Amino acid sequence: MPSNDNMPEMSLYQPVQVEDAISLAGTLAERGWLVGGGQDTYGWIKDRAKRPEALIDLNGIESMRGISETADGIEIGALVTLTELANNALIQERYSLLSSAAGRVASPQIRNIGTLGGNVAQDVRCWYYRRGLNCYRAGGNLCYADTPEGQNREHALFGASRCVAVTPSDTAPALVALEAQMVIRNAGGERVVAAEDFFVGPDVDILRTTVLRPGDVLTSVRIPAKWANAEFYFEKVADRNVWDFALVSIAAAMRVTNGTIEESRMVAGAVECIPRRLTSVEQAIQGRARNQETADAVASLASQGATPLNYNHFKMPLMNNLVKRALTV
Amino acid sequence: MGPHKVNITLTRRRFIKSVIFSAAAASSGAGWYMASAASNPAGGVERLVSINVNGRVRRVDVLPQETLAHTLRYKLGLTGTKVACNRGECGACTVLIDDVNYYSCSTLTHNVKDRAVLTVEGLRAEDGTLHPVQAAFIQELSPACGFCTSGQVMSAVALLKANPKPTRQQARDAMSGNLCRCGAYDHYLNGVMRASGQLS
Repeated sequence: MPSNDNMPEMSLYQPVQVEDAISLAGTLAERGWLVGGGQDTYGWIKDRAKRPEALIDLNGIESMRGISETADGIEIGALVTLTELANNALIQERYSLLSSAAGRVASPQIRNIGTLGGNVAQDVRCWYYRRGLNCYRAGGNLCYADTPEGQNREHALFGASRCVAVTPSDTAPALVALEAQMVIRNAGGERVVAAEDFFVGPDVDILRTTVLRPGDVLTSVRIPAKWANAEFYFEKVADRNVWDFALVSIAAAMRVTNGTIEESRMVAGAVECIPRRLTSVEQAIQGRARNQETADAVASLASQGATPLNYNHFKMPLMNNLVKRALTV
Repeated sequence: MGPHKVNITLTRRRFIKSVIFSAAAASSGAGWYMASAASNPAGGVERLVSINVNGRVRRVDVLPQETLAHTLRYKLGLTGTKVACNRGECGACTVLIDDVNYYSCSTLTHNVKDRAVLTVEGLRAEDGTLHPVQAAFIQELSPACGFCTSGQVMSAVALLKANPKPTRQQARDAMSGNLCRCGAYDHYLNGVMRASGQLS
């Protein structure tokens, strides 16, 4: 009997140049697995639910670390840890939405090693899938969560297509709200993808949650100056304060001038496979004050169109109430 | 095996260790836990690396996929670091790497080359004096069953290195990555506050 305490035999590559990592990722393709902090990785491998032949450990690549100011905002290396993000003075000052979100991930020890790149690229947390069952997302042809007895309290309200799992990332909604740009490199060169287009639902690709393909390396994330020092609100509701994934989270960025909201970005986490932009709320609050009256008028728009499963109806009022709080706190 | 005298100073810990490392363990039916200690996945290529553990450079053969918890416990005999969930969900395996706390079950040993690893065994002073956190935990009767204790100690040490006078809330946040199934959280918090000199 294999002990699930040990990981099975694998090769380990520890490149120190990003070019070497890209070349390895291209050569190994599906057989390789990129590792940042590894906090999502090792569980998959110990459980034998995923079996990569080789790990490509990115931790030695210094060029993928660090937070720097650019002409238009800041650039964050994909290997910047969640603790660094949560404690960075520049981010706290200008983009506190992102530092708040990073500070709510998992536990202190996980934030100490977990990276921004890994947090956005992590796989979904549906327990049927992670148990290693041959569901749609694992390449099979059924879903265990969306059945009469399926335990789907944590699953999707929107955008399900065969798979009903939700985005587990806390930083993803914040990045979408801040209009971040994801910098992706592969053997063919570099491409920059808006955070909003970086995440993909099961209707687009059921085997992946992002546009990253085998051979791609997410090297950094750029945050434009557009939302610097805006009014922000982040809240994550989970069963436990630590270690837990969101039941629903909200990341809001608002530009308020003379008491009225000029422009806003509201994004909910854990209600769809991708961070869900609440565009109807954004439109409804434009030109209104950030107050209780506005909150009461628009909150129910948040969950409009939801198609709840057997056990996740509670997420609808939860979403609405989080929008209310974003507009009144 | 020839006849041998029973060593009356044999402690439970030494006894368990000797069983683990003896050939008898393989057929003792003691299950997967010992098997995990004894069996390396077939064919893995071990590489000799130097890691700095508790101020000493240790040379050890390490598999590519080996976790730090495995190396510490089964190759270096440092069993003070406990493995409970082995999935980064409980904190029993917490160690310090360059003064920051990490889950050693979810850290590859190949990632700590050239870095300073501190385990609970390395806290005591040379003359045997306990670390202030250890002493405070004893005084506050912090542990109940004790299995999570070495992890709790390491998280408290990491906190006090970064923030010698934390508020109780800061301590609560800093210790939140360590689960205690006995629920002795407030006793551990009392210990942290005592160790930081804020409880008399």
